[in-house]
Formats: sequence, structure tokens, C-alpha cells
Amino acid sequence: MTHDDTLLRRLAADFAASRLALAGLALLAAIAAAAILAPWLAPQNPYDLAELDLAASRLPPGARSADGTTFWLGTDGQGRDMLSAILYGLRISIGVGVAATLLALAIGAAVGLVAAWAGGRTESVVMRVVDLQLSFPAILIALVLLAVLGPGVGKIVFALVAAQWAYYARTVRGAALAERRKEYVDAAVVLALPRARILFGHLLPNVLPPLVVVATVQVANAIALEATLSFLGLGLPVTEPSLGLLIANGYAYLLSGKYWISFFPGVALATTIVAVNLVGDRLRDALNPRLAQ
Amino acid sequence: MTVATLRVENLRTHFFTRHGVVKAVDGVSFEVRAGRILGLVGESGSGKSVTGFSILGLVDPPGRIVDGRILLEGRDLRALDAEGLRALRGDRVAMVFQDPMMTLNPVLTIGTQLAETVRAHRRVSRAAARDEARAALARVGIASPDARLAAYPHQFSGGMRQRVAIAIALINRPALVIADEPTTALDVTIQGQILAEMQSLVRASGAALVWITHDLAVVAGLADEVAVMYAGRIVERGPVDAVLDRPLHPYTRGLVDSVPSRRARGEPLRQIPGMAPSPAALPAGCAFRSRCDRASAACLAEPGATLTRDGREVRCFHPLEAP
Amino acid sequence: MTAPLLELRAVSMRFARPLDTAARIARALGANVGEAAVHALDGVSLAVAQGEVVGLVGESGCGKSTLARIAVGLHAPSAGERLWKGRPTASLRGDAALRARLAAQMIFQDPLASLNPRMRVAELVGEAPVVHGLVQRAGRRGYVAELLERVGLDASVARRYPHQLSGGQRARVGIARALAVRPELLVCDEAVAALDVSVQAQVLNLFAALRRDLGLAYLFISHDLGVVRYLADRVAVMYLGRIVESAPAEALFAAPRHPYTRALLAEMPRLEVRRKRFAAVRGEIPSPLAPPPGCHFHPRCPHAMPRCRMQRPELAEVAPGRFAACFLDVTAEPQ
Repeated sequence: MTHDDTLLRRLAADFAASRLALAGLALLAAIAAAAILAPWLAPQNPYDLAELDLAASRLPPGARSADGTTFWLGTDGQGRDMLSAILYGLRISIGVGVAATLLALAIGAAVGLVAAWAGGRTESVVMRVVDLQLSFPAILIALVLLAVLGPGVGKIVFALVAAQWAYYARTVRGAALAERRKEYVDAAVVLALPRARILFGHLLPNVLPPLVVVATVQVANAIALEATLSFLGLGLPVTEPSLGLLIANGYAYLLSGKYWISFFPGVALATTIVAVNLVGDRLRDALNPRLAQ
Repeated sequence: MTVATLRVENLRTHFFTRHGVVKAVDGVSFEVRAGRILGLVGESGSGKSVTGFSILGLVDPPGRIVDGRILLEGRDLRALDAEGLRALRGDRVAMVFQDPMMTLNPVLTIGTQLAETVRAHRRVSRAAARDEARAALARVGIASPDARLAAYPHQFSGGMRQRVAIAIALINRPALVIADEPTTALDVTIQGQILAEMQSLVRASGAALVWITHDLAVVAGLADEVAVMYAGRIVERGPVDAVLDRPLHPYTRGLVDSVPSRRARGEPLRQIPGMAPSPAALPAGCAFRSRCDRASAACLAEPGATLTRDGREVRCFHPLEAP
Repeated sequence: MTAPLLELRAVSMRFARPLDTAARIARALGANVGEAAVHALDGVSLAVAQGEVVGLVGESGCGKSTLARIAVGLHAPSAGERLWKGRPTASLRGDAALRARLAAQMIFQDPLASLNPRMRVAELVGEAPVVHGLVQRAGRRGYVAELLERVGLDASVARRYPHQLSGGQRARVGIARALAVRPELLVCDEAVAALDVSVQAQVLNLFAALRRDLGLAYLFISHDLGVVRYLADRVAVMYLGRIVESAPAEALFAAPRHPYTRALLAEMPRLEVRRKRFAAVRGEIPSPLAPPPGCHFHPRCPHAMPRCRMQRPELAEVAPGRFAACFLDVTAEPQ
């Protein structure tokens, strides 16, 4: 049967069949846009200490500043506009989550592919390392690393990659082992194509798509992990607050009724994670041939 | 004249998909009498399997039987509700699939599955059902059936599993058996064994058998009558000898000529040009016309069934012999 | 006499099923646990001459797919030798090794599975010849078009993905891909088994045409005797890892010598045979994990003698050009 349906188009149709997922996608797009456009959208640059007015600290939502700007979501302990801080915080949280996931994916995929192809002792050694790493909770690994390295954007990305690459390595190896048995790989071998070409040109494109879906969901995990670490004070420096750090900053005031300093960043974080998960889950279902009609 | 065991009249089964209506079966009629074997032949996508599934009421959405009658011993199966159909399946009608694991449950012993099939349809004691199960296994040529009753499907080879599936299908002595490519996945010598057993079981029990296959050579050896399907319709139907030796429909001719064993070595096989149309986009009129060297303007209309002197039915405006 | 294109000399293939951890521990503690080994091939010798079509027939578990993989060099045999034009391929190095590898190409059973789903036909067919410098990158388009035309496909197919093609078109793309590296031998492993009858005829005609036009040799492996009979000059019959009979095609089909070949021919469904009484060969095909001793066929053989249970019959020339591995043929001419 000839049909011009590309895989992508079918996937899009399957995806669109769920309204919840479409809503998630719209929400995610809005959040991403807000994060990217933060410098233009935000009323204030929260990193610019000159713009901060300590006198305007801990104002409730809707309060006005001395110069007449409205703090729609209130201000924090340093007099920062919460709305601006959340927009900039989203930028950092999403940026760190995506960067860490992409790097972990690249490293894990390469390791998994090579292990699957090499087989034998190489594979055993690599996979035992992976097993060892996976037997520790990701947060523990990241905590220990950050405790040693200290805070910093680059360092937290490194810690997140270190905590997550093994997961991809295992998934890719499994997928590659299944894919390797297919006849098109034999065909490439009989055509005497170079090994690297078979691995990265033939195998990888077939292993990658389901993995990208896994990665989508993992972005949410990475964001949550980063927020947790920052909340514990191990992640990012105070000068570049991510959502987790914002929540931590307001934590002390929660009981004194100044809920907004923690509450709004918390809502932003939860919404982002839910939106990513909605999209990721639907993508996974659409790609799963057993669930597809 | 006795009533035919199975009589299918103008069966239409369509699939309502996102990409439009697929007319998988579009006006199929045939009948099979007790103790006779009909070979239903066609290539992939011809609608032969859907025909079999339709008869048993096993078509799943988006598929639906939109028209026609299916008469089993005079009773219209389409008039039955789901419950009535279920009572009939495994009892008066049975199906054998290409993959025996469609019938077999991997976590139950063979003996349990056979006995359950008996007790689902008849009130007999556990012990009597077990005896019947043992006899059924012996009938399909399984050695030491007693020991085998306690075995699980995975302990059997592919050929043995198919035999067990056949034993389950035949245990309640159905009036009609529909077999969908049951030997396609098997080796030649194992296929020979299964064909031999099916043949003798049908003859002995007087069941009517519809054998669905793509393999003309199997049909030649097994069937009394053959129906050739193309694009959802039966294009030619009749006694095996007449249809295979003197095909009337150009498609049948093409199929017969495509089988390599008939022709001298090295000589090019006469092939049918082109490929079968997608069942989602069938051309109007005769679906074969774009591949047919006899096609004319007349073929833009749909050919009706012509009955011939030797008891054949052909749907063609330009048959290879005057009917 | 020139050496044959491909020669396999007493090739054996053993697959050991590695022990699981529990068994390894048991063995380390001194338990007598051995590895289960499958003798997929057991001393098989086979040659394909330039331009010759050798048919290989057998049922599941007989080792024909393993033999195909050894014949194209996908597997190295665990014992025995593979020779290309008289030279052991294991000893070839560099350019000679590459040329020998490319000269034997494979046509796979499943036309869809053997095509990378994420590559367009142009890339599938054109990749290897460019990588190996048979054509320049700039000339790829024309080269692919030429190959597609040779296998009976329209040049517009080059832009498509495998899932957008019909079964017959996929089979042709697989053939074009093999032809792209200018092979001298095509090893076809059940290459037409997955195709509909009418499409199968088209592809068989294509194989015949390629043989005529390019002088290709074939090792044509199939369970379908009709197909093999149509194409092959010489036929070898395999049963459980051994060749039991080999003969010119005409002779083999006219008067099979080995009881297994006779059984195969008798069971082969034929268009001409109507309302046949199928009188089946007894018994199942034994598991290759535990083949019967002596002649592998003896438990199913109507002529089995005590000797067949003990001793393995060797493949011997029983008539000019005809070989059979059966004690009947040594002791007396079967009637």
C-alpha cells in the first residue's frame, strides 16, 4: 500500500487526538515563550541590584512601588518584583533542564550505542558501571557532586548530566540491541560500510526517536531536580535565582503570612512540570505501536 | 437438494478509517456443502481473511459488515446477537488461524483448554471432557496424548501447536471450519502432515471446510472447489479442475501462470503487470482492468457474475473462453 | 580448471548458548554443567561457479540461513574455510579483502526489515557505492537512477521511504542496493518467500534477467522447491545442518536419491496434483539442540536400518555429478 503519510504527520495526528495534550502543548509553548522573552516582558531586571529597592521588600501582590509600577505578584525580601523574578527564574530552570538533558542524552546515547555494538567485555564493564550509578538515587549523586564543586550554572548542569546519563545509556543499549538484530543492519555490514557510519548513520536514527520522547519527560525531572538542589541551597548562586531558590527565599516568610514569595514560584514550577509531562506522556503513547490503533 | 452448510450472500465488510472507507469485502457470495472443501484464494489485501473473520462475526471496529447474509445451516448469523454468536463459535463453527497462539492460551495446559472448549458448549462431566480431549489429540496425530494433556503450548513445536489448535477447533464436531492460512508458516513436510489430517477429519466428520490461502498449489491438492478473490470480490469460482486448468478470468490465468513449478526452467514466467490497487482507492468498474491486457471500455462498468455450463461463476466482460 | 567463485570447505558453525549466572556459579563450585551447543552447520561443503545458480533447499532448523550468512561473510565459520576465487578470505587483507566482500551480496527475506526505515531509496541504494568510491558523490543521482531502471523501478522512487513502497518495490530496491556495489554473486535467503505470487513471478523474472545480462551467480536458498526448480542449475538439499543430497536440478527433481529429498518432493504441493491424498512423512523435525545420532533423518526415514542409527553417512558421489549421504545408495540402488 502506498501512502504519503510520513511518520511525523501520523504522530502529529495521534498527538492531536488528545485535547489534554494539546492544552499541555499550548501551555508549554506559552511558558517557553515567557522564559525566552523574559528580558522584554519583565517589568524589572531582578539581577540588576541598582533596580532593587529594599524599601519595597515583601510587598503583597498588587502593591505599587514608590515610582508607580505595580508589583502584580508582590516582592521578595530584597524588594525584587516577583513576576520578574519568576520569568527570569523560569529562564534559568528551563535552560538548565534542557541543557542537562541534551548533554546527558548525547553522552548516554553514545555510550549505550558503543556498548551494544562492541558486546563482550566492553559491554559488560560499561553496563556494570551504569548499573552501579543507577543503584544510587540521582539526587544523592548530584548532592555529593555539588557539595564538592560548589554552586554555579555550569556546575549544576554537570551534576545533572552525571546523575542522568546512565539512564539514557541503558535505554539506548536496549533499543540498539533490538535494532541491531534487524536485517537492515546486516545489509549495511554486507555492504562493508565503515563501522562508525553504521553506528551513527544507520542505528542511531532508528534508536533516537523514542528516546527523544523519554528525554522530554526527563526535562521535567531535571527541572524538578535542579529546583530541589537550589532549594537546598546547593544549586545556583543567589545572584541568579532559579525557581527553586526563589521558593527557598520565601520559605522563611511562609508562616508569617507572606505566602506569595514562595507560592507563585511554586505555581510556576508545578505548571511547567505538568505541561512538560502532559506533552511527554502523549508523545510516548503516540509513539507506542501497541497503543496505536 | 440439501441446504448448504454455509451460504454467503452478497457480503460487504467495510472499514471506516481516518483515510476513508476501505471496501475490504465488497459483494462476496459462495456456498460450501457438508464434507466439501472450498479453497478461498487471493493475494494480500484481496479480502480473503476479512471474509473469514466476517463469517465468524470477528470483525473489529473500524470494520463493519454493512450488507449481505451469512447462512449457517439455514440460519442467518448476522441476525444473532453477540451472545448467540459466541455460543456458536467453537461449537458449530470453528476457526483455525495462521498463528496457533491466536487460539491457545500460553498459561493453561493443553488438556485444560481442550476440556474447557467441550464444557463451554456441552454439559459433560470433567472426566468425560478429559476423555474427549485425549481422543481429540489422538485424532490430529499427536503421539502419547495422555502425557501431552498436561503440557503447555510453549512445550510444543510450531507444527504441534497448530495440531492442537486444530484439535480444539474440531473437538465439538463443528459443521463449519474456517482455516486462515494454517500451514503457511510451517515446513513442507509438516504442512503435508496437517493437510493429510485436515483432509481425513473433514471427510470423516462431514464438516464443511473453507481453506483461506495465497497458495494455489495447496488448494489444488486439497480443495474440491476454489474461489479466487481480487480486490474484495470473487472474480472466479468453480470446481478446482475447471478453474485451474481452464481459467476464465484473466486474473486467475495470471495467478496460475505465476506459479513457477509449472513452467519449464529458465523460460520467463508470465507475470501479471503492475500491482494490486490499494483497497482504500479502488478504481470504478473491474478492479483488475488496469493490469489486464483484455480490458476495454466495457470494463469501466462493474462486471456481473456470469454462470457457465460447467457450473462456474466468473465476473469478467472478456473471459478467456466463451462461457 | 578455474577455481569456483565461492567455495565453502567443510564449514561448521557452532552456537554455544552461554551459561547463565546460576549455572556459572554451579560450575565454579564443581558441578558438571556444560554449555548447550547448537550445531547449526556440520561439515558443509558447497561451491558456486562463475555465473552458476545453486539452489539450496531445506526446512526450518536445517541451517540454511546460517549458511547464507557465512556465504556472504556476515559470520565467520567456527570450523572450515571460505574461499573466494580459490583464495581463503580469512587471509585476504586491505583492498583485496574489501573487493571480495563487496563481490558477494545478499538479498534478504524481509524486504521491509532489510531497508533502513529512515533512509530514502536514493540513499539506500547510493550510499555504499559512494563510500567505496565506485561513483563520485556528484554522479550518485544518475547512478541510482540507472540501477532503479535496471530493476524495473521508476526513477521517482528514489525520493521515497521504504514504508511508502509496495512489497514488490521494496524487494526491487533491495536488489538494486546489492547491485550498486557490482557484485558477482548474489546470496538470496528466502528472497521471494514474503511476496505475493504475482509479485514473486516478477522478481524471479528479474533474477533471471540479471543473470543473463550481468552474468551473476546465485546461491538461492528457499524452502519452496518450485522456485528453486525454476531457477537453479544445481540443487543441494540440507537436513539438520548437513547436506544430504546434491545434484543437477533436472536430475534431482526427476529422480531424487535421498529418502528425505523424496519425502520433500512428495509433499511439495503442485498445481497439477488434484485432490491428493497427503501421506505425510512421519514425525517432527528434531531440535538442532539434540539431533539424533547417526543419520539425522533416520527417525523419520521409512528405510532406516540399524546402521543408520549408529553411523553418519558421508556425502558420496553416487553417479556422475550426483552426491548423496545415505547408506541405501552405497549398498543397493533404490528402486
